Amino acid sequence: MKSGAPVSNGTEPMRAGPIGPPPGAPRARVVAGLNLVAALVIVGLMLLPLYWAVVTSLKTLQQSYAIPSSLVPPTPTFAAYSEVLHTQGGALATSLVIAVGATLLSLLIAVPAAFALASFRFRITGIVTLVLLVTQTIPGIVLGISFFKIFADVHLLNSYPGLIIADSTYCVPFDILVIRAFMIGLPHELIEAARVDGASNLGALLRVVVPLSRPAILAAALFSFLFAWGDFLFALTLTTSDAVVPMSLSIYKYLGEYTSQWPDLMAAAIFAAIPSGILLVLVQRGIRGGIATAGLKG
Amino acid sequence: MWRETAGRAERIGGVPSATAGLPNRVATRRAAARRPDDQADATRERRHRLWQRGVAGGRRWLFLMPAIVYVCLLFAYPIVYNVLLSLRQSSVIGLLNNSAGFVGLSNYHTAITNPVLPTVVENTALFVVGSIVFQFGIGFLLALFFSQRFPLSGLLRSLILVPWLLPGVVTGLVLRLMFDPTSGMVNQILSDVGLIHTPIEWLTNTHLALLTVVLANIWIGIPFNMLLLHGGLQDIPKELYEAARVDGAGRARTFWSVTVPVMRPVIAVVLVLGFIYTLKAFDIVIILTGGGPVNSTQLLSTWAYTLSFGNLDFGQGAAIGTIMMLISLVCALAYVRSYRGELRR
Repeated sequence: MKSGAPVSNGTEPMRAGPIGPPPGAPRARVVAGLNLVAALVIVGLMLLPLYWAVVTSLKTLQQSYAIPSSLVPPTPTFAAYSEVLHTQGGALATSLVIAVGATLLSLLIAVPAAFALASFRFRITGIVTLVLLVTQTIPGIVLGISFFKIFADVHLLNSYPGLIIADSTYCVPFDILVIRAFMIGLPHELIEAARVDGASNLGALLRVVVPLSRPAILAAALFSFLFAWGDFLFALTLTTSDAVVPMSLSIYKYLGEYTSQWPDLMAAAIFAAIPSGILLVLVQRGIRGGIATAGLKG
Repeated sequence: MWRETAGRAERIGGVPSATAGLPNRVATRRAAARRPDDQADATRERRHRLWQRGVAGGRRWLFLMPAIVYVCLLFAYPIVYNVLLSLRQSSVIGLLNNSAGFVGLSNYHTAITNPVLPTVVENTALFVVGSIVFQFGIGFLLALFFSQRFPLSGLLRSLILVPWLLPGVVTGLVLRLMFDPTSGMVNQILSDVGLIHTPIEWLTNTHLALLTVVLANIWIGIPFNMLLLHGGLQDIPKELYEAARVDGAGRARTFWSVTVPVMRPVIAVVLVLGFIYTLKAFDIVIILTGGGPVNSTQLLSTWAYTLSFGNLDFGQGAAIGTIMMLISLVCALAYVRSYRGELRR
């Protein structure tokens, strides 16, 4: 923030708010340059822990213990990555299955509900929306404790369906809210036109509304996937054996056994971070493009 | 962003439609879209029309039913179950025999008189308040900073979101390494600049562990605060700043007299959400310290877990869970109120 100080200089009467000056003026360009430098420093500071994770993952175990630690990997090696693929590969696959399952289950329930709440007039629409909002505030540990007991009775502990169902709980209300907000903006004439052509509600949903709502559905799907992929609490509470071990739990167990195997642990963390990276790129490009072209393609 | 798409869809959908009078209605609604106040009315009117025609039919419930059943089975039932669990005898044997009887509020009494409770409540309060104050403060400063125009600001702003998008286990691991006494970067930097001569035991010292966990949670929370506050800042009409400038208001004056009042609903939402999410925090603490050393980082959430799955005292764990839920519920109502206010604006 320091190099941005000239902007906040109170004696400069041209700028009173956090709005940049018109680009082009030489002084403005200097200010913009200083802001860019400051922004790079801020981003650098925020991402410093991640830089350190990458550096450590490329070190050997001995190098990771060395004092003073070197700020770049002295002899970059991918040994930790191949080791982790070997030991954690199965857990990554498990998490992938669970995350895909939870995403599909969530959308299967959320899309029709969002359509109904956006298109039809229910007397309970207000209360349903309120309940959906409130669900997001329930502490995960409350569900974790209850699910453990309930799932034990119905034999869903240590199972893929159990974790898929548990991981989809927070996603279903979230998806409904996100997709409904988008669907409300769609022109109702489209659905009516579809009905004139003889389509049922289901036909209108599948042939008209879903294709048009693709950006919102995609966004909901990505966040559901990310939630289920990263879930730790349900993995921890709803497994009692090694039958189904998702990535987060596997890394936690690994941490418990080999506390200071930092290169391996960081390589595992980076594998676990891949979906977040993909999401970030999509947020930057894909989703925005998807939103811009959704109507055209639909 | 969303509205733009809807507009596109409307243009494309409107043309081939055979319904008489449609172009007229589309034009009316476009005009309405320009006036946000009227838009809600237009939406209501549109729905009402649909209702009158009876197009929806009784089968429209079929679309909503799965979600209602789902929320009842996987939220309502577990919540009730949790409350009932907190009222039952919590001994392991009783639970194994499925013969655990109701014991009234005895689990709550045990939890509240538990000698660990004061520590846990104090930790949770410090964790929540410390996290929110700095997440919000730094997040607001960054949101203001990134509202300025300069090259690459969009890209750099989205890079700051990374810590927030990462799975909790990943952020936990990365920060555990950062604060590791020997392999960690924090001690390395501090000793490089000559501030310390012996490594600091960030996570195993009972006096430092909570501070370290709060620092870690601040790092995770900054992006979320920045994201929402930045969004709010973009919605402030430029004319307000113009007017403040004409009136000769300085930068600080403009901030307190224009930015803060206009942002108040957004600030309320950010703070309430921040409170609810911080109270729920679990992954990061379990990975960093597991609630230790000697309960020095034990929070309500991790304590409920430890009581239930560590001591197999599910009744007491459920009691703590129910108390957390009540705190969250009070906040949720505040959240909904500010959310609704947000919609009305």
